[in-house]
Amino acid sequence: MNKIPSSAPQAIPNAGPDFERLLGQEVVIEATQGSALTGAQSIEPDHSPRASQAGSSAQVRQLPRAGILSRTSAEADVQREVEQFLYLQAELLDSKHWQAWIDLFDAQGVYWMPVMPEQIEWEGSPSIFAEDKLMMEIRKGRVSHPNAWSQAPMWETNHLVSHVALESVSDTEICVRSRFHMMELRRDSVRHFGGRYQHTLIRGNDGALRIRLQRVDMFNGQASFDYVLQIWV
Amino acid sequence: MKVEQLVEPDRVHKHVYTDQAIFDAEMEKIWERTWVYCGHESQVKASGDYYAVTIGRQPMIMVRQGDSSVQVLYNRCPHRGVQLVGNLHGNTGTSFVCSYHAWSFHLNGTVRAIPLAKGYEGTRMTRDNPDCGMKRAARVDSYRGFVFASLVDEGPSLTEFLGEARIAFDDMCDRSPVGEVEVVPVCHRVMQHSNWKFFMENQLDALHPSVTHQSTGISAGRVEKRIKAERGSAPLYYHYLSTFASSFEQWDAVQTINFPYGHGILKAYMGLRPQDPDTLEHEALLVKAYGAERAEEYLSRSIHHVLVYPYLSVQSPLQQLRCLRPIAPNKTQSEIWHFRLKGAPEATYRRSLWYYNLVNSPATMINADDLENWAKGQWGLQSNGGDWVSFHRWYGDDREENGVTYSNHGTSEVVMRNQFRAWTQYMLA
Ligand code: FES
Ligand SMILES: [Fe+2]
Repeated sequence: MNKIPSSAPQAIPNAGPDFERLLGQEVVIEATQGSALTGAQSIEPDHSPRASQAGSSAQVRQLPRAGILSRTSAEADVQREVEQFLYLQAELLDSKHWQAWIDLFDAQGVYWMPVMPEQIEWEGSPSIFAEDKLMMEIRKGRVSHPNAWSQAPMWETNHLVSHVALESVSDTEICVRSRFHMMELRRDSVRHFGGRYQHTLIRGNDGALRIRLQRVDMFNGQASFDYVLQIWV
Repeated sequence: MKVEQLVEPDRVHKHVYTDQAIFDAEMEKIWERTWVYCGHESQVKASGDYYAVTIGRQPMIMVRQGDSSVQVLYNRCPHRGVQLVGNLHGNTGTSFVCSYHAWSFHLNGTVRAIPLAKGYEGTRMTRDNPDCGMKRAARVDSYRGFVFASLVDEGPSLTEFLGEARIAFDDMCDRSPVGEVEVVPVCHRVMQHSNWKFFMENQLDALHPSVTHQSTGISAGRVEKRIKAERGSAPLYYHYLSTFASSFEQWDAVQTINFPYGHGILKAYMGLRPQDPDTLEHEALLVKAYGAERAEEYLSRSIHHVLVYPYLSVQSPLQQLRCLRPIAPNKTQSEIWHFRLKGAPEATYRRSLWYYNLVNSPATMINADDLENWAKGQWGLQSNGGDWVSFHRWYGDDREENGVTYSNHGTSEVVMRNQFRAWTQYMLA
């Protein structure tokens, strides 16, 4: 490295006689008006627009609507009841009460985590989870087995559920969407999963809510997984 | 340590899994020379469709040409080196355009336009200089729709390289009445915190399932048994899981066949031919397409896994494929794909889909425990608790004929011994 002797006078280099004149000119780089091609397009007219980038979620997604507003106290009760139900669902997972969690589902209940938001059928397309109650029982049995090796390290989850928006409410069926954020501790590192829940809840003859479908769209479901998911999100 | 000192016929030194210099040499001598799987032709159907793939340490682009061939190019602008595509896949239209200074390239990599071309007059970087185009993989070839590239000119042809492991792709495609498969455009990616060799050794390790996967095998077996008792039979997909708890004896009774270049097959008939109407419909289609004799040959092949060393594990009877992209000595990305049999009934696809969802998804109840083994394996080998990795089981017991080694026991560690034979040849070449 060349060091400038600190004692030497540090003159600004002389730009020459033209310098003053150049500075006096106002040079403005501006976009060409009208239809004239500019920049890269003048060289490559088909530069833009290009075909959609499949990797960048070019698909237009459904416009979200605000949830149903509670106008009566009975409606407000339903909103609160559903919220409490969703919080309980998450807390049962975080406290590892697998059977109590499975019991939230009705007999035909399904837990489904599709790969992409465009998917509509839980069977017949690739999924991260696609489980009926029998498959849930297998997963429960597996993680509870003393030789479920991957369960040996410290492992905890913590869910936050929010944005609970009722989409439709009838006496027998409630559709509700919400957002979740799950932090997962495994060994000494924390992973994050986030996304949207869409629940179809059934009200049985006993008046209790049960899950017919728990759809989980993870926003990072197609990112590379650092390790895999062992239990429901 | 020299390669000759690291590998002995019955054991290898831990450094081959942990050492950065060895890893770098592997990238140079194996991955960036041999034929590496890029993807299936159906991933890039239309002209301009591309997929970014990594070959060794090289970022590449597999791209469909205007003339419908497939080309593999370095993802690098010849001007100042910026990558030309920034996402995993997409369609680039009729050209690649650099996001930095708008140099553009035809789909085959040759230069199309350089902005302010006048500025290059009199320099050596004028458009007639081939260095102005994107560099191509030295060789690109495909086998039954599966595209491979090699970054060097010399070496065996793709067919010579694949050798008998071609059966991975034949077995997959032959199960389609038109002899073709099509990719399902979903790729799960799972990071393994272990050397790539852990995965390759594991895939034909017939002793581990009943140990590693016992929790899932037992739990699934219990539910399967109950369903059978209640309904008379249980859907095949319960069996996919319960079979992991098969006894040591059962696994020991299967055979591995180990080929040159480290490839191999784990034989074991997967029991995919129950006599239900869906299966019979599929089989009838194959008989119609190929005649009874060949259809029977295709359907009765005894294949569980085929390995194309050093990166592919193919479960051809269920049209699943896993591909490795090593990142560091202790870090390996795996890409997990599955395929549809063209012309086969939807029910046949759904049967394979269950396997993809249950065994190969990022919520798999099977690989959860494999990944745990491999990570712990990597940590163990990084320690000073010992220098050697043992491959002694059934050493000296296998039968070799014309460079192919047949195990007498499914659990013979000939799989690893054979892989390291190929590894040594690559590394010393
Ligand atoms: S780096 Fe690509 S055009 Fe300059
Ligand atoms: Fe395994």
